[in-house]
Parts: sequence; structure tokens; C-alpha cells
Amino acid sequence: MNVILEVNDLQKTFGAVVAAKDINVTISEHETIGVIGANGAGKTTFVNMVTGYMKPTAGQIKFLGQDILGLQPRDITCRGISRSFQVPQVFMSETVFENLLMAYAIFEDTGLDMLKPIMSEERTARVDDHLNRYQIADYRNAIASTLPQGVRKLLDIAMAAVRSPKLLMLDEPTSGISVEEKFPLMDIIMDALKQENTTVLFIEHDMEIVERYVARVLAFYQGEVVCDAPTEEAMVDEKVRKFVIGEEYHRTRIERVAEDSADA
Amino acid sequence: MRYVDKTVIGLTIAFLVLLALNFVLAEWMRFIGLQSLARGAVALGLLVLWRSGLVSFGHALYFGFGAYTTVMLSLAGFTDAFVLVFAATVMSGLLAFVLGFLLRRYRAIFFALLNMAFSMILYGVVVKSEALGSTDGFGVHKPTFLGYAPEGEAVQTTLFLFALVFTYIITVATHIYLHTTLGSMSMAVRENEIRVEYLGYSAEKVIHLKYVFSGLVAGFGGGIMALAVGHVDPDSMANWTVSGEFVFITILSGTGSVAATYIGALVFELIRTYAFEYAPHIWQFILGGSLLAIIMFLPDGIWSLVKRVRKVEA
Repeated sequence: MNVILEVNDLQKTFGAVVAAKDINVTISEHETIGVIGANGAGKTTFVNMVTGYMKPTAGQIKFLGQDILGLQPRDITCRGISRSFQVPQVFMSETVFENLLMAYAIFEDTGLDMLKPIMSEERTARVDDHLNRYQIADYRNAIASTLPQGVRKLLDIAMAAVRSPKLLMLDEPTSGISVEEKFPLMDIIMDALKQENTTVLFIEHDMEIVERYVARVLAFYQGEVVCDAPTEEAMVDEKVRKFVIGEEYHRTRIERVAEDSADA
Repeated sequence: MRYVDKTVIGLTIAFLVLLALNFVLAEWMRFIGLQSLARGAVALGLLVLWRSGLVSFGHALYFGFGAYTTVMLSLAGFTDAFVLVFAATVMSGLLAFVLGFLLRRYRAIFFALLNMAFSMILYGVVVKSEALGSTDGFGVHKPTFLGYAPEGEAVQTTLFLFALVFTYIITVATHIYLHTTLGSMSMAVRENEIRVEYLGYSAEKVIHLKYVFSGLVAGFGGGIMALAVGHVDPDSMANWTVSGEFVFITILSGTGSVAATYIGALVFELIRTYAFEYAPHIWQFILGGSLLAIIMFLPDGIWSLVKRVRKVEA
């Protein structure tokens, strides 16, 4: 598999606080990766550094073989890394359709093309396709600020996915979503992204979501990656249990299945 | 034709009506018309900034810079209105381009007041400088139009025609521009700059481009005003009160339509003229009162009246 993202010895300090330390991560094409860790463990800092929002104190970030350290978020976006946000970043006073129309327009129009009318029949059709793919077509003409949280999350992710990025980083796609809605929401997102063969990395607190959708886990603790392993292994990893999911609280499905079969 | 919509048709009709009126209007009315066109053009630039979430308290800088470009060139022997107004537009646009590198980094009140600070620098320089006419200013020589040198009332009729044609072109172009990708990005930078960056474009660049546009049209307005009044002085062209008038007009007009800026400018001109004539001691009070009334009863400006009428019809 082709390596698309290579992060070496990444460091970030805010004064005396170490937000990231010795982070070494390699991501290959078509992987689905879950990032777990307690609040303040450095998950979002990691995403912020890779997408150019924050400049690392030291280290190296290579995307598709090229150094992207120090580039602006917009340049990194154009190179193929998109992201969504824990708090959806959308155009609040506009409709869902207008939000995506703008996303498409910025993606498709460069240079003098920016002086063409933003609306065209072809673009409208593409936007409507996209709305269907993310199952938010029912909200097409609703103002973003009036949307239910789950729909706004979907809109945020749909906007990030407009460019068909090589790597999509989702910052807590299910935060603020009710338990019943989490799985349907993730199903929509993962189905849509699978169609595009997107490499996905997402930050998640819910271990059930992690177990269901993710093949590989990165566990953060106090700015360090304490575990980088396939999901089954990570869920029983000593450090992960101790620092991230808690030794008593969570039991993995693997254990449950094992116990169930022992009972039977 | 994808570019022709109701607004373009409306503007075209207004253009033709004014073209015809040019031959029957009394001189003082034509003068008010000219001033409205000049101020409306500046407000057009402010409208574009306003839509991007920015207010400038200092566009007298570009208005004044355009006016002074015109008068200095006029004194240097250039009389052709095309040259004078073109130079005013370009010079103000250039100034906006240069200052834009700094201003594009500021938002909200900082943007508004930094603009004002720059405009007061120009004001200060002009007032202190004998070579620039100091507080007295300069008179502008009678303009010619591509070799045609009108006399008497014909000067004003020709100037009105000249201003009308160019204002019409600029306004229609602006209207079309507002519906392009770049034009629509006003909304995007106003609503969420982070999202714009993560969609792959620089919000600051968008703001810079819009700022240059506002400088260009303000310079155009200044050039027209210089020719219309025939005299350029710092207090009526470059002082901060002039910037305030532009903001006044923008509030009056609302950001709903490019046509509204001219209506707003005309209403402003009429209120001021009549208030000054009939109540010379309290004319500022009347002007302030009318602004208050607009903010309280028509917060989206005069143009919201048109929308209300349309809603009732629908």
C-alpha cells in the first residue's frame, strides 16, 4: 500500500506544556484510522498540525512524499488533506444548498473562473448529488443555524469532502450526537467516503464506534502516541486500557464474544 | 442571456430615464443628481465591503485621493474628463491595493478605525501642505470631453451624461460580479473565514480584492465630484465627516441591491439640501434624526421597502 502521510518526531509545546511529543505516524492509502485519547491528550493538536492550523515546534510532516510543514491550511487543503471540525464550521446564515454551492465553487473555480456566475445547472446537479450522498437533501433549503446538530455535522463533513480529498480528518464526528443517532450518522459518512476511496482518520471517544468502523487505532496520552495497532490489539493493550478507555469501565466486544461463547 | 435579470433591466430603464431627464432637468437638480451618482458610487464599494462583514469609517481617503488626483492633473493642464476620472479611479485603486496588504489583516472596529486613521493622514497632509492647496483647496478647470469643449450649461449636461454612462456600466458590472464565485465569497468570509481557508482559499485575499474594488469606485466618485463641484478642498472631500456620510448612505440604502446605493445617495442629498435650506440651525439634527428613524424602522435600509412591496404582491 502506498504511504500518503508520514509524520516524524513531531513536537509541540506551549510554554511548559507539552501538547505533542515524539509523534511518529505513517498512514497508507485507503486506511481507516481511529484516534482515541482523553481530553487534552493531543488528538486535535495532531490534526491541527497536519492541516497547517498550528505550526509544530519541531518535526517533519510529509504528504505524498512532499514536505508540507509550514504551509497554510488552504495550501494543504488544495494538496488533498481536508478536515471537519468538532464544532461544525459552516456558513450559518445560509442554506445547506448554498453552503455546499460555495464549497464546490471554491474548489472548482480558480483564477479568472472566479468571475463566472456561481450558479450553473451542472454545479447545481453536483451539489444535489452530494446532498443525496450525505442524506441531507431533505434539509436542502434550511438555514444552517436552524439544523439539528447531527445534520449540521453531516453538512460540515460533506463540505470537507467536496474536494474528494486523499486524506480526510474528522474531528469527533459524533460529538454532541445522541446515542441512537451515532451509528446511522457514521454509516452515512463511511458509506459516502468509501464510494470515493478516501483515506479517513477520525477522532472518537466512543469505543463502540471505534470498534465498528476502524481497522487501526492511534491512542494518545499526554501528547504521545502510546499505542498504534490494529483495533483488536489496541483494545486490549495495557496502556490503552490504563490511560484511555479505563481498566474496568469498558470491555471490548472481543472479550464479550469470548465470554458469550464460553457461557454457551 | 444569463447575465440579464430584473435588476439589470431596472438599472437600464433608470439609465434611459435619467438620460432623457438630463435635457429637461433644472441645473440645481442635475447638480444633486451628479452628487448622488458620485456618492452612490462610493457607497457601492462600501456595500461590497459591508456584505463581506466590514465597515470602513475612512473611505473619504479614496474619495479625496481621487478628487485630488483630478484637481492636480487639471492644474497640470489635463482637461479631458476621461483622463481625469480614469486617473482618479486608478490612483485610488492603487492606493487601496497598497494599504490593503495591511488592512486585510484587520476586522470589525479595527478595520473601520484603521481606515479612518489613514484617511485622516491624507487630510492632515493636505491641510498642512501649501502645494496641495491647504484648507482652501483648488478650483478645477473646465473639463473637455475627447476634444469637445462645452460652454455654459452644456458643461454640466455633458458631465452628467459622462457620469451617468460610466456609473451605469460600473453598477451593472458590480451587480453581475456579486453573483460570481468571487462576488459570492463576500458571504463566505463574513460567515466563516476558517471554513473558507479549509475549502482551499485565502479569506484575506478575498477581502483584499474587495477592498481594491471599493477603492476604485471611491476614486471614481471622487473624480466625478471634483468635476461636478469644480472645487476640491479637504473639508468637503477628505475629512472624516465625509467618510461618515458614506456610511450614512450605506445604512440608508441597505445592502440588498446595487441600485439602492444611488437611491440612498439621492435621499441623503435631498434631506441635506432641504434641511439646510429650511432649517439652517438644526439641519444636522434632522439628518441625524432621519438616520435614527431608518435604523429603527427600516434596519435593512430603503431597499427593504421594495422587498416588502414585492412580498405583498406575492
